[in-house]
Amino acid sequence: MSELENKIIQRAAALLTEGKVKRVVGWRKGEFIHDPSPATFETADSLKEFVYNDYCGANLSKYLVDISKKEGMTAVFLKPCDSYSFNQLIKEHRIKRENVYVIGVECQGKLAQYKLEEKGISGITAEAYDGENVVLDTLYGKETVKKSDALLDRCFSCKGKKHVVADETIVLGEPVDTTVGGRFDKVRELEAMTEEERFSFWQGQLSKCIRCNACRNVCPACSCLKCVFDNPQSGVAAKSNADSFEEQLFHIIRAFHVSGRCTDCGECSRVCPQHIPLHLLNRKFIKDIDALYGEFQAGEADEGKTPLTSYTEGDTEPNQVFNATEEK
Amino acid sequence: MQEVNKEFTPNIVAFCCNWCSYAGADLAGSSRLSYPANVKIVRVPCSCRVNPMFVLKAFQQGADGVILCGCHPGDCHYVTGNYYTRRRMALLFSFLNYMGIEKERTRVEWVSAAEGARFSAVMNDFVAQVTALGENKRLQDLRVKEE
Amino acid sequence: MIKINRTDLDRFFISISEKMPLFLPVKKAGEVNFGRYEEGTEVSLDVLKTVKSAKDFFFPQSETMMKFKKDGKNLEIVDVREEKEPFVLFGVRACDYASFAILDKVFLQEPVDTFYKSRRDAAVIFTLACGRPEESCFCKVFNIDAADPQGDVTCFLTAESLYLRANTEKGASVLSLYNKGENTDGKEVEEQQKKTREIMERLPFANLDLGKFKEENLKELFASSEWQSLSEACLGCGTCTFVCPTCQCFDIREFKTRQGVVRFRCWDSCMYSDFTQMAGANPRTTQLQRFRQRFMHKLVYFPSQYGGTFSCVGCGRCVTKCPQHLNIVKVIKKLGGNND
Repeated sequence: MSELENKIIQRAAALLTEGKVKRVVGWRKGEFIHDPSPATFETADSLKEFVYNDYCGANLSKYLVDISKKEGMTAVFLKPCDSYSFNQLIKEHRIKRENVYVIGVECQGKLAQYKLEEKGISGITAEAYDGENVVLDTLYGKETVKKSDALLDRCFSCKGKKHVVADETIVLGEPVDTTVGGRFDKVRELEAMTEEERFSFWQGQLSKCIRCNACRNVCPACSCLKCVFDNPQSGVAAKSNADSFEEQLFHIIRAFHVSGRCTDCGECSRVCPQHIPLHLLNRKFIKDIDALYGEFQAGEADEGKTPLTSYTEGDTEPNQVFNATEEK
Repeated sequence: MQEVNKEFTPNIVAFCCNWCSYAGADLAGSSRLSYPANVKIVRVPCSCRVNPMFVLKAFQQGADGVILCGCHPGDCHYVTGNYYTRRRMALLFSFLNYMGIEKERTRVEWVSAAEGARFSAVMNDFVAQVTALGENKRLQDLRVKEE
Repeated sequence: MIKINRTDLDRFFISISEKMPLFLPVKKAGEVNFGRYEEGTEVSLDVLKTVKSAKDFFFPQSETMMKFKKDGKNLEIVDVREEKEPFVLFGVRACDYASFAILDKVFLQEPVDTFYKSRRDAAVIFTLACGRPEESCFCKVFNIDAADPQGDVTCFLTAESLYLRANTEKGASVLSLYNKGENTDGKEVEEQQKKTREIMERLPFANLDLGKFKEENLKELFASSEWQSLSEACLGCGTCTFVCPTCQCFDIREFKTRQGVVRFRCWDSCMYSDFTQMAGANPRTTQLQRFRQRFMHKLVYFPSQYGGTFSCVGCGRCVTKCPQHLNIVKVIKKLGGNND
């Protein structure tokens, strides 16, 4: 057990035994190191299943929408980038802040199992850390992978190690900068393509969509009680992409609906079973908003207007938008 | 036998706000100014009523181009409606283009109730622009088009 | 047994695809799924599991059932059912192949699902033995031999070659489309099989105990307090059901076109909140109930309805794909025999 994990568990145990909180929201051990699940712990004894390791990428803030409405205080562990989502939900009045005790936890970048799969590593029987490496015993031999090679895509444009909301923090080590390249590099790359190239890029990606709704359901900004795509009265409700148009419709509306509210937490891309780079859709909106209406980071503040709920008289005209965003 | 005119005539959907642009279309009519018959006007209470789903549904139902018309900024009947429209549509159109949809298929124009001539000119111009572009193949639902 | 060098595989695929459509694992936009073979397609036989299972070919994610066309005051009903032309489904792993038998139980019993049957009859299935099982695999628990799947033709892939063994006449006739294969006794295949079976024994989930999942324990399992913690992180997405080779629930919907209406069916997921929506009420109102339904169906209801067959083949797709790492293995471990 790492020192950090130990500290976190001790703190959770203290909060529970002192009666300061009724429940703790964190991560539960899985069958391997790489498969922890979000979980609620109500007794100090149950914390023996608690885990905080490099695979705890799951953003816990959305669970608070329901849990914070339960009776009693809830403690939650938030990584720096999760705290943006939490703040955004506070701003939208979806979480009862007074019922939540936020503990900011250190994050040195999170890993994904599928990144190992992409490297052809399979048959894992045991995993362990060795400094900056993950050492894996597999049925086909020992494998060593640099942590930085297995990072989630979101970590390549880390928002920083600061918690925008926290009642206390547990941070032991020095922050590690996991940033590689610029946040909008890939968006620019797509913008530089011809319309036809972009169309075929997205058609290829979106044709993989199985319409499982994982991207929507995991998204902290998608907190509607009933989604338009689930509402039979809306005329667009669908459970499968019966025509390629429905792939486009779903993903355009999903991305648009969270524009100005998306904190770029990257959960959509993490959970996609087909690994569609969904964050590139959200980032296009973020990039355009930054260019047209001034830099804006959703979730940075817990009050105030978003770019789409405000305006100025001299805003760029829609017909001029292409020139305006291309310059930036 | 007469030759069938196979020239492409696009389907155009125009969302017009009730207070300015729809009245502008009315004025164009009563002033006997012509605009192409393939422009189908959908009257909305304010340009701000148009959500992105409307635009996409129009394309799904076979539109080759979608144009949104509202009061000039500052003249909105509800004071600020069209300011929000402006931001939304700027982002939406830029995004559609990012997905590879031709940018010439979408447009926003401000047309007041007194601008009958402008309405007619805008529609003629937009129809010509979409006609030159050809049929919408990238944002279409084949089930709708099936004979 | 016939042997084809890996370097000649394209020629082999071309000779089949010239005669009938050939579907096989294809890498597209970074992921491997079954797709149609065309010259230049990036075939990916070394990846163990396609993201979506092979059930798509018999029970597609969405499928038109009939059309209604309006003509003046008349309404025409268009029957879209048709004989399907024969096609080859190549590279089906043992688990996916076993799932067909489970789907057959549902779709081929009276009343027979004609859509499913016409596709099933048209298919020539080439299975592919596993050479490199993964940690998420547990087909052995369901007595599936990953080293020797059946089907019309069984294929074995080694570092240099593909070995093919025809099991049925249908399979043999498709194999005869390619005449450059070399006859061999298949010694290498036996070696590979031995190795694979050894690995299967050592996989982390090789010894899951299903003993407790019996009809007589139904009420006890249903009422277990463990469902709360097992399901609490569930997002209610449909990933597990859509990647699952044995999930067979569907919804029937309609789509309005310019001329009429298309009635189609599409996969449904018991994880969705409106799965059991009826006029007036929905008997499953919480995610716990939906989650429990999925696993009770696979492990208890289905076997008690269909002579003891579990509705799971241990492919492990839900294990790798669940966004929050909830899966059937965790359910089996918590509720199964190991706990006693």
